[in-house]
Amino acid sequence: MKLVLNIIVIIVLAPLAGGLLTGVDRVISARMQGRKGPSVLQPFYDVLKLFQKESIEVNTMHRFFVYISLIFVIFTTVIMLLGGDILLALFALTLGSIFFVLGGYASNSPYSTIGSERELLQMMAFEPMILLTAIGLYYGDKSFFIKDIIAANVPSIVYLPGVFLGLLYILTFKLRKSPFDLSMSHHGHQEIVQGITTEYSGKDLAIIQITHWYETIIALALVYLFFAFKSPFSHIIAIFACIIAYLLEIVVDNAFARVKWQHALKSTWVVTGVLASVNLVILSFFR
Amino acid sequence: MNFSKKSPWILHYDGSSCNGCDIEVLACLTPLYDVERFGVINTGNPKHADILLITGSINEQNKSVVKQLYEQMADPKVVVAVGICAATGGIFSECYNVLGGVDRIIPVDVYVPGCAARPEAIIDGVVKALDILAERQKYARKKDK
Repeated sequence: MKLVLNIIVIIVLAPLAGGLLTGVDRVISARMQGRKGPSVLQPFYDVLKLFQKESIEVNTMHRFFVYISLIFVIFTTVIMLLGGDILLALFALTLGSIFFVLGGYASNSPYSTIGSERELLQMMAFEPMILLTAIGLYYGDKSFFIKDIIAANVPSIVYLPGVFLGLLYILTFKLRKSPFDLSMSHHGHQEIVQGITTEYSGKDLAIIQITHWYETIIALALVYLFFAFKSPFSHIIAIFACIIAYLLEIVVDNAFARVKWQHALKSTWVVTGVLASVNLVILSFFR
Repeated sequence: MNFSKKSPWILHYDGSSCNGCDIEVLACLTPLYDVERFGVINTGNPKHADILLITGSINEQNKSVVKQLYEQMADPKVVVAVGICAATGGIFSECYNVLGGVDRIIPVDVYVPGCAARPEAIIDGVVKALDILAERQKYARKKDK
């Protein structure tokens, strides 16, 4: 009974927190550009408006994929926040992204096809790092379960600083921020006419936004894992670390222009190869 | 509740404009006017947009483009004609290729006068268009029931 209640709370609260974060992001970005910016609740207004609009159907599969993607992302969020298996969570997340890409391909629009191809490239860039994160956490705590990882004697950041920096680097992909917002961008609203989302309107676009809110929470939960350990006080530090990581992403987003996909792919693999792999090799000598 | 007034997304199309009005439209997005504080986003995608903002007159070349952009937008939608060229063809109305204002092709809801239209006038026009958008939203929902 308590488990069901927990799951419902996670499913309701996670997108609310994600949407609020997006709103704060928009206000801070506006202030950085010398503007006043919208209200903090603006992302919610946008989504509620989209729910009231007409949904143009290109074909049935095109819409179906978006909903499947949402279900897998919710599944990931629930597993992660309940302290489940991190590998299962990350694989479900990848599956969700793949369905989203398939949705982009299904519409047959040249713009969303380019968006889908770029999304696949992005996944190629960041997936190795995400897997290495899970492997690194396992190396440290000898368990893939999140509830064991956050109950360890030392925080994971102590022996996985390289993996953490690598994760911070690919967080930009996950949060869809510059310089790595190749497939669908937040701010430049006219970049290859919005990538994968080009053909979506109304309710379906709203669902894509909500999926992204869940993904934001998942990305920050990964940061949280590196700081939380046995002591209850560490959980407060972990939340602060998440906030600082998010602020850092906003600064990076506003300070950098979008890079070419070649550079995105190469630089991410170099960062993954050097920081994460070297970290794991060094760790294997001590354990 | 009606949220279309809180987050109007705009699609800006440049007909055969002299770019005077276009620059004023973009000026609305700058820190001085910052229309994003009302939730306005300048999208490049008709399927995401609520308001079609057209500058410049309609000619033989762009009439099919304007028509298609309008048809691709999801309901409810409104059209704002910015500047005198979009209203009547303006100084270009005598040209051999110019058909006239935007209303020759698609229904226009708000006309913003001026050559070039000032940013204040454009924002005013968009706010007027929002009332019409809200009205259409109400009507569309009644029709659904």
